[in-house]
Amino acid sequence: MTTLESRVDIPEIPQQATTYTMAQALTAALRDAMAADERVLMFGEDVGALGGVFRVTDGLTRTFGENRCFDTPLAEAGIVGMAVGMAMNGFRPVVEMQFDAFAYPALEQIISHVAKMRNRTRGRVGLPMVIRVPYAGGIGGVEHHCDSSEAYFAHTAGLTVVSPATPADAYSLLRESIEYPDPVIFLEPKRLYWNKAELQLPLRTEPLGRAVIRRPGTDVTLIAYGPTVPHALDAAAAAEQEGRSVEVIDLRSLVPFDDATVTASVRRTGRAVVVAEAAGFASVASEVVARVTEQCFHSLEAPVRRVTGFDIPYPPPKSEHHHLPSVDRILDVVEELQW
Amino acid sequence: MVLHAPETGHSTLLPSAEPVQLIDEHGAVTPHADYDLPSEAELLAAYRALVLGRRFDRQATTMVKQGRLAVYPSSNGQEASQVGAVLATRNDDWLFPTYRDCVALVTRGVDPVGVLTLLRGDWHSGYDPYEQHVAPQCTPLATQSLHGVGLAHAARLKGEDTVALVFIGDGATSEGDFHEALNFAAVFKAPVVFFVQNNGFAISVPLDKQSVAPSLAHKAIGYGIPGKRVDGNDVAAVISVVSAAVERARAGEGPTLIEAHTYRIDAHTNADDATRYRDAHDVEAWRGKDPVSRIDAYLRGTGALTEELAAGYAAEAEAVAEDLRRRLGADPVTDPRELFHHVYADRERLADQARLLDEELALEEGAGQ
Ligand SMILES: Cc1ncc(C[n+]2csc(CCOP(=O)(O)OP(=O)(O)O)c2C)c(N)n1
Repeated sequence: MTTLESRVDIPEIPQQATTYTMAQALTAALRDAMAADERVLMFGEDVGALGGVFRVTDGLTRTFGENRCFDTPLAEAGIVGMAVGMAMNGFRPVVEMQFDAFAYPALEQIISHVAKMRNRTRGRVGLPMVIRVPYAGGIGGVEHHCDSSEAYFAHTAGLTVVSPATPADAYSLLRESIEYPDPVIFLEPKRLYWNKAELQLPLRTEPLGRAVIRRPGTDVTLIAYGPTVPHALDAAAAAEQEGRSVEVIDLRSLVPFDDATVTASVRRTGRAVVVAEAAGFASVASEVVARVTEQCFHSLEAPVRRVTGFDIPYPPPKSEHHHLPSVDRILDVVEELQW
Repeated sequence: MVLHAPETGHSTLLPSAEPVQLIDEHGAVTPHADYDLPSEAELLAAYRALVLGRRFDRQATTMVKQGRLAVYPSSNGQEASQVGAVLATRNDDWLFPTYRDCVALVTRGVDPVGVLTLLRGDWHSGYDPYEQHVAPQCTPLATQSLHGVGLAHAARLKGEDTVALVFIGDGATSEGDFHEALNFAAVFKAPVVFFVQNNGFAISVPLDKQSVAPSLAHKAIGYGIPGKRVDGNDVAAVISVVSAAVERARAGEGPTLIEAHTYRIDAHTNADDATRYRDAHDVEAWRGKDPVSRIDAYLRGTGALTEELAAGYAAEAEAVAEDLRRRLGADPVTDPRELFHHVYADRERLADQARLLDEELALEEGAGQ
C-alpha cells in the first residue's frame, strides 16, 4: 500500500438473498467496506485469528492480511489512541471494544481527542473512525459485560452515536459509519447478534441520522433503539389485541437525533413512551422525553413516560429479567397514559 | 544506581549510568565513545534556534504578565532539549508536543502566533497540523503518545519513512497512556521516539514521588526497547542522541525511549508559586548549567561564532519578539458563530443552536449601534 489518496471503488456484486444474523451482516459490512476502500482497517482485541469474541471480524485477517485486520496488545486507550493517529495519517480505522464496560479505559481518548480533534484544530483535522462497542444485556452475561453505556457517548459533543436493531440496519449503518467524515460510536446490541433476516447485499437502508417507523399506529408512540426495539414491537402486537393501535419508532441514531420523525409521530398519536435498557436517570431516554415534551406539548394527551432499567448497577444474570424493560412493563405504562 | 545487565542479550536496551554529554557547562568538549559531536554548521544552527527560542519564551512570559496571554508554561531552562530534539528530525517527521513545548514548535517553524493562540484563548489550537507536521499541543497528559504511535504505524503501512517524535514530561510518565504507547510502539515496531524532558517537577511534585526506577529511561527495557539518557541542557548531546534514535526508527528498527535531564527554571506556569515546593538554591545551581551559555562559549572558543554572527542572531531574535508584541498586542478577532463550525463536518447538525446565538448576536449588534 503506498497511496491512500483516493477511494478505490470495487463494484459490489449483488448477491442472492441469503439469511444473515446481525453479527454476520456486520461482518459482511466490514468485508465490503475493506474491499471498497483500502484506507479501512480493523483492529482490537482477538479480532484477528479468532475473529472477535462475537465473531464479527471472522475471516477478515485471512481475506485482507495482517496489515488490514490485526490484534493489538490488551489496552483500550491504546487501541483508540492509536486509531486517532492512524486517522490523522489517512486511514479509516474501525476498532472493536470487546465489551461495553471494557471501553471505559478508552474514555479519555474518546472524550478528549476522538470527539474534539476537529474542533480543537479549527476544522483542520477530522477523524473518520468507528468505535464498535457490543453493548447492553439480556444474554446472561456476568458483571461488566452488559452495560448500556450510550449516555456517556451521546453526552459528548463531537461524537455520532448509532445503534442498529435489525440485520439490514447493522449492515447499512456500519457501511455508512465507516464512510462518515466524523468519528462514530457504533453500539451493537449483543442480544440481537443472532437475530436473522433475509438480506440481499450490498444494501442501504435509511440514511444515518434518520429514525424509522417500524410499525405504524395511531394511539401511542413507543420510541426505542437497539436492544429494546423487538420488545417495543412485541408490546405493540400485544396491545393491538387489547384494541390499542401502537406506533413503534426505531431511533437508529441517538446522535444526531431525528426530531422530525419523532415529533411528527407524537403529534399524531398524542402519547409517547420511551423504552430503553439503560438506567433512566440522566439517560438518553430522559433526553427523548425532554425533547418530545418541549416540541409536542400542545399535542400531548398524557405525560411522556419512560420504561427503562432501574437506577442500579447491571444485575447478575439470574436477576437481569427483573431489570430489563419487559413487554408487560411497557404495556402497564401504556395503560397508565390517561386514556 | 547501576543495574546488572540481564543475561538475555538485552543489555543494550539499558540506558547508560550517566546521561550522555558532549559539551559541559563551561563549553568544554567531553568526548563520548558512542556519540560524535554534531558538525559546526549544525551547532551554529542550534545556537541560532536557542537564541530565537529563548527570546520567544521571554516575550511570551512578558506578555502573560501583561494579560495578553491567559497562561504560559515556560520552556526556560529546557530550550536545548526542545531545540536539539527538533533539529534531529526531518521536517516531514511528526512532532507530538505538550503544552510545555512552545520552543520546539517555533524551532520547527510553526508561526509563533499560531503557537500562542491556545494560550491567548482565541481558539484551542492555532496552526494547521499538516503544514509543519505538528500535532496540536496536548494537555491531557501522555495521551498524545498513542497518537504518535498510530501516526507512525500508519506511515509504515503507507511505505513512508516518517518518524514520530513524542514529547512528554517526567510526571506524565506515570500515566497509563505512556506505558500503553511504549508497548504498542514496541509490539508494532513503530517508528517513534519518545522524548521525556525530565525537568524535575510535575507542577509541585518532585520526580522521586513519581517513580523509584533507577531512571525514567530504564522503563524502556520492560517493553523490550532501548532507553537512553542525555544531558538535556547540552544541545549537542541532544542532537546526537535523538538523531541516532530517529535514524534507528527510520531504518525500521523500532522505537526508543530517551530521557533528557533538564530543569524547569521558571514556575510551572505564571499561575504557579514555585517557592512553596522548591529551594531557590536548586534553581541557582541549575542556572549554572544554562543551555545557551555553554554552546555560546563552545562556539566562540572554536571561532565559529563571531561577534557579527552573534549580533545577527540577536537581531533576528529581537525581530521575533517585536513581531509577537505587534501581532499578539492587538486584540484577537473572534467570531462566536465559529463555535458551531467545527464540531461536526456537517454544520447543519447544530444549525438550531447556531441560529439561537445568531439572534442574540444580532440583538447585541443592534443595541451597540
Ligand atoms: C490527565 C491529566 N492530569 C492532570 C493534568 C494537570 N496537569 C497539567 S501539567 C501537570 C504536571 C505535568 O508534569 P510533567 O509531565 O512533568 O510536565 P511539565 O509540566 O513539568 O513539563 C499536571 C498535573 C493534566 N493536564 N492531565
